[in-house]
Amino acid sequence: MKTFVAIKYVPDTSEAEINLDSTGMGVDTSRFSFDINEADNYAVEEAVQIKENHGGSVSVVSIGPQDSEVTIRMALAKGGDNAIRIEDSRIFEHDPLAVAKVLASSIKDQECDLVMTGCMANDDGNMSVGVALAEELGVPHAAMVKQVEVLDGKVRAHRELEGGLMEVVELTLPAVLTIQTGINEPRYAPIKGIRQAKKKELKVMSLDDLGLPADQVDESASKIKLNQMYIPEVEAKAEFIEGEDAEEKAVKLAEVLKKGGLV
Amino acid sequence: MGDVFVLIEHRQGELRDINWEMLNMASQVASDFEGEVVSVLLGSGVDDFADKLSGACSKVLYVDDPKLENFNADMYQKVLSSLIDEHKPTIVMVGHTASGVDLAPALAVEKDLPYLTDLIELRNEGGKPVAVRQYYQGKVNAEFSFADADTYLFTIREAAFEPIEPAQKGSVEKVESPVKEEIDYRKFVEYVEAEIGEVDITQSDMLIGIGRGVKEDKNMPMMEELAQLFSADLCGSRAAVDSGWLPHDRQVGTSGKSVKPKLYFAVGISGAFQHLAGIKGAKTIVAINKDANAPIFAEADYGVVDDLFKVVPKLVEELKEG
Repeated sequence: MKTFVAIKYVPDTSEAEINLDSTGMGVDTSRFSFDINEADNYAVEEAVQIKENHGGSVSVVSIGPQDSEVTIRMALAKGGDNAIRIEDSRIFEHDPLAVAKVLASSIKDQECDLVMTGCMANDDGNMSVGVALAEELGVPHAAMVKQVEVLDGKVRAHRELEGGLMEVVELTLPAVLTIQTGINEPRYAPIKGIRQAKKKELKVMSLDDLGLPADQVDESASKIKLNQMYIPEVEAKAEFIEGEDAEEKAVKLAEVLKKGGLV
Repeated sequence: MGDVFVLIEHRQGELRDINWEMLNMASQVASDFEGEVVSVLLGSGVDDFADKLSGACSKVLYVDDPKLENFNADMYQKVLSSLIDEHKPTIVMVGHTASGVDLAPALAVEKDLPYLTDLIELRNEGGKPVAVRQYYQGKVNAEFSFADADTYLFTIREAAFEPIEPAQKGSVEKVESPVKEEIDYRKFVEYVEAEIGEVDITQSDMLIGIGRGVKEDKNMPMMEELAQLFSADLCGSRAAVDSGWLPHDRQVGTSGKSVKPKLYFAVGISGAFQHLAGIKGAKTIVAINKDANAPIFAEADYGVVDDLFKVVPKLVEELKEG
């Protein structure tokens, strides 16, 4: 099984306040630490497990800056065999269809049985790149996959629907799966793997190297146009419990809960 | 013309709630585009759905075919593609749901449509659509406009709009499927129901919901102690379940359970919309989070902005003292 895993390098904004950058068209990410997108981490693990159980290879592909190479190397340390990092400032990354087109151009001429990527990126939440990539490659797909069984020339995928229900589908290979978090337990990179990863091939490519004309994936090519970004006013319905410090707030919260008959 | 197509979602004999939300949004938009709202119902022997939907739109376009009994993204894509060619709707709305995101991106690529996901707002400016979606789990909004096109494809956020109150009598047009061939490269096999655990959180009166902010497994005893004081059951966000702190049947949100307790006490949950959709039925929501801008505070009745590892131990102490 020759597998490609597409990963994204994203800022961890889960517990932080966000500010816009000076252009108003982007977010100031300078204070954030970046790492592999959560669902992509599960996709890497799934790809490595499939290689361990069925043989084959795992290629990592990512669009990102040079700093993201640490993250790509980490995926190689966990069992990836080689990687492509695509960097080209002309790619209009707000458009998931443009991103899919770029990824497709890096995969389409290579031998490939399976492509996996996270079902959602934590920064833009589009949930679209993997399925668009399948259409670009002209292969079947399943989105939000939480269990994978490799069969002969086929793959059986359990898609996570609402309310805990699973939809089981069978796809002929090659195919694209978008992976949902919780499908497995992503491993930590072993020390030996980290050492080996340094020697593995990591190719850096531009749009020109990919043979993809920029005017197919740049801002002018996109059918969506970002007008502005803004921080939404959280209509805080909540009555905030104020206090000098955490302890005082806790005491007041206890009073509120008791008074409300909630405890 | 300017019609708005709403792709209807149904599963295991039920129409999903997102339909009524999308129909409401569509009815607000359609008049702006001088068009009508058309429910696009793909199914087999679901005349009762068509009848029900006709109360909430101008027309139900019902494609009745045994091949459409269960959702299949590829079959849906072929049928929709053909309907778009034939009817040229201005807007096609698909839920930003497990079915929707399995279908819409491929359709957008195939038809080369302007495509935007997870809309929370859509309006007409000078005859053209302008839409708003969010980044970073609801912390940033982004407004988009579009290249001129005959048809625009949007996925719509779940639970972002009130359901429509059916108040009209639309027509039902039942048609044969434009797609005759079977699809052999993707096959629906079966549905697998979620396992039922020892506690049914949909029936719990008191719930402590935990999230990513709890950080580590070793902090769970603190949460368990808190739950005991409230005689509450523990549940949580996707992050808490993925981290292995809670079993799957304790997950609250669109992909988990919808709960309706007297008290929902959210600890370290920032409030991704998927989670918030699951706690709409809670009577009182209390939240502790470090980030004052966390979306959970838009839903909570009482909020504490602080470090949960300082607030919770003191709260436990206070409650123990009675």
